[in-house]
Amino acid sequence: MNNVVEIRHLTKTYVRGREQIEALHDITLDIPRGDFVALMGPSGSGKTTLLNLIGGLDVPTAGSIMVDGRRIDQLSRGDLAQWRAAHIGFVFQFYNLLPMLSAQRNVELPLLLTNLSAAQRRKHAGIALTLVGLHDRAKHKPRELSGGQEQRVAIARAIVSDPTLLVCDEPTGDLDRATADEILTLLQMLNREHEKTVVMVTHDPKAAEYARHQLHLDKGALAYG
Amino acid sequence: MRYVPLLWAGLFRKKTRTILTLLSVCVAFLLFGLLHAVKAAFESGADSADAKRLLTTARYAIIEPLPLSYLHRIEQVPGVVGVAHADWFGAKYQNESNAFPVLAVDPRRYLDMYPELRIAHGQRDAFITTRTGAVAGRRLVERFGWRLGQKLPISSEIYPRADGSMHWEFDLVGILDADDPTVRRNTDLVLINVAYFDEARQSNKGRTGWYIERIADPAQAQAIAVAIDALFTNSPDETKTQPEKEFAIGFAKQVGDIGALVLRILAAVFFTILLLTGNTMAQSIRERVPELAILKTIGFSDGKVTVLVLAEAVVLLLLGCGLGLLAATSLMPAMNSATGGRFPTLFVHGRTWLVAMSIAVVLALAIGLPPALRARRLKIIEALAGR
Repeated sequence: MNNVVEIRHLTKTYVRGREQIEALHDITLDIPRGDFVALMGPSGSGKTTLLNLIGGLDVPTAGSIMVDGRRIDQLSRGDLAQWRAAHIGFVFQFYNLLPMLSAQRNVELPLLLTNLSAAQRRKHAGIALTLVGLHDRAKHKPRELSGGQEQRVAIARAIVSDPTLLVCDEPTGDLDRATADEILTLLQMLNREHEKTVVMVTHDPKAAEYARHQLHLDKGALAYG
Repeated sequence: MRYVPLLWAGLFRKKTRTILTLLSVCVAFLLFGLLHAVKAAFESGADSADAKRLLTTARYAIIEPLPLSYLHRIEQVPGVVGVAHADWFGAKYQNESNAFPVLAVDPRRYLDMYPELRIAHGQRDAFITTRTGAVAGRRLVERFGWRLGQKLPISSEIYPRADGSMHWEFDLVGILDADDPTVRRNTDLVLINVAYFDEARQSNKGRTGWYIERIADPAQAQAIAVAIDALFTNSPDETKTQPEKEFAIGFAKQVGDIGALVLRILAAVFFTILLLTGNTMAQSIRERVPELAILKTIGFSDGKVTVLVLAEAVVLLLLGCGLGLLAATSLMPAMNSATGGRFPTLFVHGRTWLVAMSIAVVLALAIGLPPALRARRLKIIEALAGR
């Protein structure tokens, strides 16, 4: 199994006034294609920072990140935006759907950046919504959906452009146990049946059990669980 | 087109606020449409002026009549190739609110002077030969449902008949029209035969309101004007001669510098819109920082997000502009009816639409640029973290 993510000697330092905060220190990590990895650790351990770097939302201070064979730490802001559109699907704790758009339109958003026609975009979004079990809610606005349904729409938006990697930041952090289990089962299904590589940040050990592997971060350093 | 739903969703995220902002923009452009129409009406005389025509009025007040005997003396001035004259009748038709210009003219001279006025050959001849004859502009004829051959009962606000009555009656023998729309706007008038009028009126016999001269060379206009006025220097009826366009502008400015007035009002209105809408847009973008961050997260470039925010401002302003001008256009018939024809016909010109749209786009860029640049500079990580 080849690696979809290869991280070498990654360091991320933030500057707050005169103070320098090292969020990540000399991380070296491989994530194989088709893996489901849970990134765990206490608050401030650097797990979200690592996830943002893997997802191309931030750039490292030192070291390299290669995703699907491409050095993303050297890309410009514009190139990074294009790369994210093509390779990464994001799922956030608070869903981050656009409130004025229907579920269908929210799912179509990443496809606006492709050359697909309106009909093709509708079709792809319909398939993604069916996959997450929400085809009958396509016309509903986010405020008309439950938290679990909103997160399903967010997952549909994340997978609609068939990304290389699904990056999930506390995807069940705002949900009750039962709904969280449904969402995690869905992510597991996407990983097992559709061979999506998933990297998920969580502080919930029960959520982490759904992953194939668990990684632990503490004070910006990595230790395999 | 693919971004329209996204654009629309952003614009109408807070419906009430957007509708109120839209209304304020709409009212601003309604005012623009109305004031521009008034300004255009005042300038319409100048627009249709001919560089080969001069106007001679009394030197100190244009309402003072001049002797009809000046006609042949003016004709003798070198460079003058034709002379006509006209007198203001001051007309009301049926009631006070139906007023329109009625001019007493020498039919042949006047129609020769204004070849841009179109009239059928037979009707022209009838006007020349019928002493009680009158010709009317097509728009007036259609407005009042007049028919050729009918009697036109018109009251004068100035001239009584010899018997003291203010009521006059003419025979409608022709209809005036024009191919040029600018000229057609100025054909809401009636021409009557001065021969009959001068004989039948009680006072001011042998006098006319003003002279119109056709000259061979516009470059000689100033010299010819001086020569005409020199003829009557130190006479009881001194004259002032000037090019037709200059006269029209000067006449409009006697009411006030409408252009400057309109400009100042609109500058104040649009400056207010700039502040109001600018504040609303800035607030809207502040509220949508996480949403813009999400767009960037899923791959929208800085440029795309900038254009989206700018486009919102442009759509808002253009929509308000369009609705405002449509409202102004729909109000024109009522305004024209209210003026009762005492004022040139008001309407929203194509040029007004172009100027308004340009103003809307410039305002939109000024309003949209600061929030658009803020959206461009947005850092995803910080925005998602709510910082």
